[in-house]
Amino acid sequence: MKLKLNEISKSFGPVKANSDINLTVNRGEILGLLGENGAGKTTLMNILTGLYKPDSGSILIDNQLKVFHNPREANKNGVGMVHQHFMLVPVFSVTENIILGTEPTTTFNKIDLTNAKQKVLKISSEYNLDVDPDQLIEKLPVGIQQRVEIIKILFRDAEILIFDEPTAVLTPQEVVEFFEIIKNLKKAGKAIIFITHKLHEVLEVCDRINVLRSGKIVGEELPKKTTNKKLAELMVGRKVNLKTNRQIVEKGEVLLEVNNLSILSENKEPLLSNLDVKLHKNEILGIAGVQGNGQTEFIEALTGLRKISSGKISYFGKECKNFSPRKIHQLGVRHIPEDRQKQGLIGDFSLTENIILNTYYENKFSNNIALNWSSAKKEAKRIIEKFDVRTNSEEISADKLSGGNQQKLLIGREMSRSINLLIASQPTRGVDVGSIEYIHNQIVMARNKGIGVLLNSTELDEIIALSDRIIVFYEGRVIAEFPSNADPNIIGLAMAGVS
Amino acid sequence: MNTLNKNEIENTKSKRSKIFGISLIFFGFVIYLFFGLGIEGQATFRLSRPTDPFALPNLILPAHSFIGLSALLIAFFGGRIIMKAPKNFTIFVALSFFLAIAAFLVWATAGKSFSLTGMLQATVVRAVPIALAAMAGIMCERVAVINIGIEGMLLAGAFAGALFGSIFGNLIGLVLAILVGGGFGFILAALVVTFRVDQIIAGVAINIFVLGITSFLTSHLLKSNPELNDAPIFKSIDIPFFSEIPVLGSVFFKHNIFVYFSIFIVIVSTYYLFKTAYGLRARAVGEHPKAAETLGISVIRTRFNHVIIGGMIAGFGGAWFTLGSVGRFDEGMTGGRGFIGLAAMIFGRWHPIGALFAALVFGFADSLQQKLAILRTPIPSEFLAMAPYLVTIIVVAGIVGNAKPPQAIGKAYVKEN
Repeated sequence: MKLKLNEISKSFGPVKANSDINLTVNRGEILGLLGENGAGKTTLMNILTGLYKPDSGSILIDNQLKVFHNPREANKNGVGMVHQHFMLVPVFSVTENIILGTEPTTTFNKIDLTNAKQKVLKISSEYNLDVDPDQLIEKLPVGIQQRVEIIKILFRDAEILIFDEPTAVLTPQEVVEFFEIIKNLKKAGKAIIFITHKLHEVLEVCDRINVLRSGKIVGEELPKKTTNKKLAELMVGRKVNLKTNRQIVEKGEVLLEVNNLSILSENKEPLLSNLDVKLHKNEILGIAGVQGNGQTEFIEALTGLRKISSGKISYFGKECKNFSPRKIHQLGVRHIPEDRQKQGLIGDFSLTENIILNTYYENKFSNNIALNWSSAKKEAKRIIEKFDVRTNSEEISADKLSGGNQQKLLIGREMSRSINLLIASQPTRGVDVGSIEYIHNQIVMARNKGIGVLLNSTELDEIIALSDRIIVFYEGRVIAEFPSNADPNIIGLAMAGVS
Repeated sequence: MNTLNKNEIENTKSKRSKIFGISLIFFGFVIYLFFGLGIEGQATFRLSRPTDPFALPNLILPAHSFIGLSALLIAFFGGRIIMKAPKNFTIFVALSFFLAIAAFLVWATAGKSFSLTGMLQATVVRAVPIALAAMAGIMCERVAVINIGIEGMLLAGAFAGALFGSIFGNLIGLVLAILVGGGFGFILAALVVTFRVDQIIAGVAINIFVLGITSFLTSHLLKSNPELNDAPIFKSIDIPFFSEIPVLGSVFFKHNIFVYFSIFIVIVSTYYLFKTAYGLRARAVGEHPKAAETLGISVIRTRFNHVIIGGMIAGFGGAWFTLGSVGRFDEGMTGGRGFIGLAAMIFGRWHPIGALFAALVFGFADSLQQKLAILRTPIPSEFLAMAPYLVTIIVVAGIVGNAKPPQAIGKAYVKEN
């Protein structure tokens, strides 16, 4: 089947998410749709799958005009989407998730499970997508969950398959397997749209690349005739420096020492087991790993947010037993939490209020009865300027800022004061390429100045680009340690539990 | 997993079993001390009425030795848990509770006679409104709508049953009670699904509104027109053959349509939720509404339908208070059964059959207090009347623990476009 989008536009209030987008995908072709967060990729695909209605423009399938009022109509016309956040019910089985909404039934609306399972197995063998139809989704690793999503749309006879940031949650090995899967689908004659912001991925698997910026298609490239740099410039709209300047600095004394650290969950299951970690001055220590392998708990323990079950955490040679987050902050340990909206900032508070969130009690901002707002504002203005937060006032609420600017505000708050050690968790998640460049430079500069940086990221590329040393978390343990120049494939294997 | 943590887990487990074991030994001791010491005579439990076709002889237990034996057994279970730390020791704890209740009954009946069958029959009857409230709750919460308003819906059903039953006869009264319940279900759905009012507040508003309006109508309409509050009740129907089985026949097969329909609703809703395509969709809406929407299932419509059906079940349950029981309406006569039903729903882990058994536990507590009041035990009757509520608190606080509700519960769904 052939899909053609004609002059599609869509606005949300004053924001133009998509304007006059033209795009075609043919049978047996993989089209890469490249763009930053907020470029309008997801909006476009939600229009295509019937979740949103376009303000203007048309959708043509095999040269026939189609209007989708809901996802079911899009499904019926052969359009299926694998969402970035999987649309799977965790407590349902694989089969139940796949058939949901189009269940084969017998009398009294009873679900014909045997029939359903056979169909699932047939599709899974046809496209080489190995799954156990009876397993519960919550028991499956993310890579397999993605297969279930793919089978789900194939079960609905999809001919046009859309993948929204499909590799964001996968380990490097799972990414390789995923590429095999979509190549198979292409061979079977499906038309595929592959949405991503990762340059090397589109170069690797796509037949054609469309670049989306601020809701418009700004270029079409062929992978054989283009480069990383050119795509990045199209994406951002200006020249970008993809390499971080990271000159070699001799590492100094130990700043953070973790000995035999273990943490048990509420159900007494181990979240972290016997961890030993050392972080030196002038060093960026990268924590690699697939999400949910204990990194979050480790950082919560380091920042005083989580009680440890046994072991020792020492900052600057002194053990910090049951220190509160404030006490750890006062040691000069700064924390960029992994979720800026839930942990780092308060969305309803103004930028000024967010800036003094962890220092409001200090003499500078408070006389113990009332807050000194003029001094707080001055500080906010200083950070906004120094860290290039794009806003017209320090009085607007934090959730009015874009993701990149929120992150810069947060990093500014943590790094603008006297600092000995930085714990940065997912510092560039959901941030545009321009801001990523800026944030990476800030982190490297901090390390050059003699600060120790603990960098936790699920983006292996980021870890490799910045770290002096890399440790890999797997099921609550440090499974391997690598120097900065290690082979990404070997690190990837360790992330999957192979040591 | 490494060995250190494994040991730690084992340690906490054996610590827990030690605490339970010691508590049980202490519990056995207390039971003997309170009920066993100085008690004499025999407890006579009547199992059949003399008129029954297959009359069973009475069950006569020597009070002192029975209580002593029960206490000893409980202590023995405690010792076993400490010594062996069996994997699933909750069964011993449950057995101990059963023995404790038996010992208590024997103590209360010592030197008197007591109809055991009558109490069990009353258990089933008293479980009806609780089970129906729980079913109504399950219908709503499975699609992620919290229905605190069940109490109000029961009360509305009870009132409608009495009023319309008095005018049109009990069958039409029952149908109208169900429709009134469904109407309140529709109001709740409109509030929380369409207008996204906080679900708890909307439910509480319904409760307060129904309590107010029924009280007003009772004093201004029913008091001055007593003929409007005199509905014919549903007579009990004996199921042929089954009702003649000793004990079981009286307990399960000599009831009015409310009991039979409750069991029918439990079976149908279990089949519906877990076997049918519509049930699968409903549960998907409760767990992950966005996923359901992407597959073309209308979250809004599904929620509306189920909350209305929940309201209708609650209206039916409410009619039990008037048409299935006393035939007249009194202010606030539901006495918190809607809330107990919600507890039964949680205790039953959002499963109709689980909720039915939970409702029977609450019904047992209810009928126990009622029958003990007749036996004239030294315990004041007001104190006994607390039994069902006390059981609710214990169950909700202690046993439920980590039961997992549908994931999207309490959250309004915003459709994007």
